[in-house]
Amino acid sequence: MKTDIVLAGVGGQGILSIAATIGMAVLENNLYLKQAEVHGMSQRGGAVQSHMRLSDQEIFSDLIPKGSADIILSVEPMESLRYLPFLSPGGWLVTNTKAYKNITNYPDEKEILGQIQKCKKYIALDANEIASDIGSRRSSNIVMLGAASPFFQIPFDSFKEGIRKIFARKGDQVIDVNIQALEAGRAFADENM
Amino acid sequence: MDRLLLLGDEAIAQGAMDSGMSGIYAYPGTPSTEITEYVQASKYAGEQQIHRQWSANEKTAMEAALGMSYAGKRSMVCMKHVGLNVAADPFLNSAITGVNGGMLIVSADDPSMHSSQNEQDSRFYGNFAMIPMLEPSNQQEAYEMAYEGFELSEKLKTPILLRITTRLAHSRSGVARREQKPQNTGKIPSNLRQFVLLPVFARQNYEGLISNQIPMEQAAAGSSYNRYIDGEDKSLGIIAAGIAYNYLMENFQQQRLIHPVLKLSQYPLPHKLVDRMLEECEQVMIIEEGFPFIEEKLKGYQAKGTPIKGKLDGSLPRTGELNPSHIAEAYGLEVQEGAPVPGIVSNRPPAMCQGCGHIESYNALNQALREYSEGRVFSDIGCYTLGALPPFEAINSCVDMGASITMAKGAADAGLVPAVAVIGDSTFTHSGMTGLLDCVIEKSPVTVVISDNFTTAMTGGQDSHALGRLERICEGLGVEKEHIRVFRPTRKNIDQMVEIMKEEIAYEGVSVIIPRRQCVQTMKNKKLVEKVKELGL
Repeated sequence: MKTDIVLAGVGGQGILSIAATIGMAVLENNLYLKQAEVHGMSQRGGAVQSHMRLSDQEIFSDLIPKGSADIILSVEPMESLRYLPFLSPGGWLVTNTKAYKNITNYPDEKEILGQIQKCKKYIALDANEIASDIGSRRSSNIVMLGAASPFFQIPFDSFKEGIRKIFARKGDQVIDVNIQALEAGRAFADENM
Repeated sequence: MDRLLLLGDEAIAQGAMDSGMSGIYAYPGTPSTEITEYVQASKYAGEQQIHRQWSANEKTAMEAALGMSYAGKRSMVCMKHVGLNVAADPFLNSAITGVNGGMLIVSADDPSMHSSQNEQDSRFYGNFAMIPMLEPSNQQEAYEMAYEGFELSEKLKTPILLRITTRLAHSRSGVARREQKPQNTGKIPSNLRQFVLLPVFARQNYEGLISNQIPMEQAAAGSSYNRYIDGEDKSLGIIAAGIAYNYLMENFQQQRLIHPVLKLSQYPLPHKLVDRMLEECEQVMIIEEGFPFIEEKLKGYQAKGTPIKGKLDGSLPRTGELNPSHIAEAYGLEVQEGAPVPGIVSNRPPAMCQGCGHIESYNALNQALREYSEGRVFSDIGCYTLGALPPFEAINSCVDMGASITMAKGAADAGLVPAVAVIGDSTFTHSGMTGLLDCVIEKSPVTVVISDNFTTAMTGGQDSHALGRLERICEGLGVEKEHIRVFRPTRKNIDQMVEIMKEEIAYEGVSVIIPRRQCVQTMKNKKLVEKVKELGL
């Protein structure tokens, strides 16, 4: 069993918090993990990605080979397309539809959505809106994780446990809204798979 | 013992602490920064009083680490690859002095230039200095090498170069720890001339270094990090160095690798293992991240002997970091690829943050320079380097730490007057001060803008040695007080800023302009906010 995930977004959007939550969930299940992050210059509003690999067998490469990622999990729609060469033929593209426009030549949003819909398997949702609805705008990344959770070969409860550990210092209220966010994302995916 | 989920950088820090390190010295630089930050955040390091403050630059860091080794304790110095250029003088000479307490030098290379000016390969420095090198293939080995490296250093009486690349530095994996060892008690060298590189002593030391090459190579030949894995098909042999070993093995998860493989992680190159491969195999493929270091050594000038495949014959890419697909292609496996990137996807380069003080400084500078011809702004390494991109396009150089001031001086010497330098506060205390002294001595017509945001911002907001000291440093170096101008770079202040800049640019001597405002990324750092208030900045 293995799951290879390309996490994508824009520097400052907090994809490493998603990675940290997955990391905790993975440790919970005693699996091997490798997670390659981007630090440094790109963190200043540039395109960023993180390769996460989990498996029940030893993992060699820190980088996912092209054409073999099981999931692209992107918190920004245009960024989700940047890593298509990594997606395996049976892989899922899971992306937030809320555009992050910090460049002047951002393409037409409808065209972006059109390209996303060309993928064989995709889940596209406005995670910002869903997070706002549950009263926690900062939890949009956890909504996204929830939406991708069906495609991980680890139990859903492990992600909840991961959230409890990651947000332990922030108190029960923060833990609760993030678990709600996770469940909301999951519910969207279950309905739209 | 515990299993921790660590970045390669953090694994090195943990290994060094577990092995009785007494001090770590460094200047922040991607991808090496997290090594020192991990020690700084460690409660254990605090209890054990392990030295862990930042240094002014890589050279001062290297020298302090050597001083700690002189005193008999275990020291580590960490830097990015280009930092080793800054520290090259003490680095090469530390090979001649040798060590007393164990000393590890970590250099983190950045192939693909994710956050750097070049992709130089630190292994050439290790070879140049003739010291042993360790190159981990994964996070666990990174831990082990830091842990065992001190002992190896003390045994061979030489500093050890630990070379990593970005991907390992910034990738997390599980790491098993070993028993925690106490620090050395400390003792001065038994030979009190060991560190005195007067020619008469240095010649002896150098002879010692040369004869030490044999035990160094023996250590590499017997090292558990180097492994000859036999295979029945000798039509090809593969040498895979450091992290490249993982990219190779990634391709052989579903199918067996039938060729002999030499996994190589400790240098100097062990003849015993390499010769075996050259003799047994009809052809050898060399996979290494960075320059074709091993390949050039084996190939030499003539293409006689065992044919060598690698970066020099185009089997593998000559530039950029490696990935598993490169190796699959070089080996002749089918390379799969997903859908292409749709044409509508635009580039998203990094940019200065909203509300950043550098933005207002560049707006003012562009206005102040409008009456002059283009191409007279020399800049430096930091977030403000992004001023090269639209909409600012405000700078014309970025070469190395501190080069803004000295290049502006040289250009002014050549008649390009006025010449302007733009440098950050931390880069200024790293390598700008001496250049400013050169300008003062010759009263060069340069205007130095020190964009002060109280931190080393690009690497993630580490402490800046310049905090609260800039004006006094500049005055001390001899800049006239009335030509040190400080202001707060805000949109509202634009007219005043432009006015001040115009005045100082017109001045035919050295002037320093200090736009001063805290980096927006550090506003959450309460300690810094307090300190800034206390200093009245």
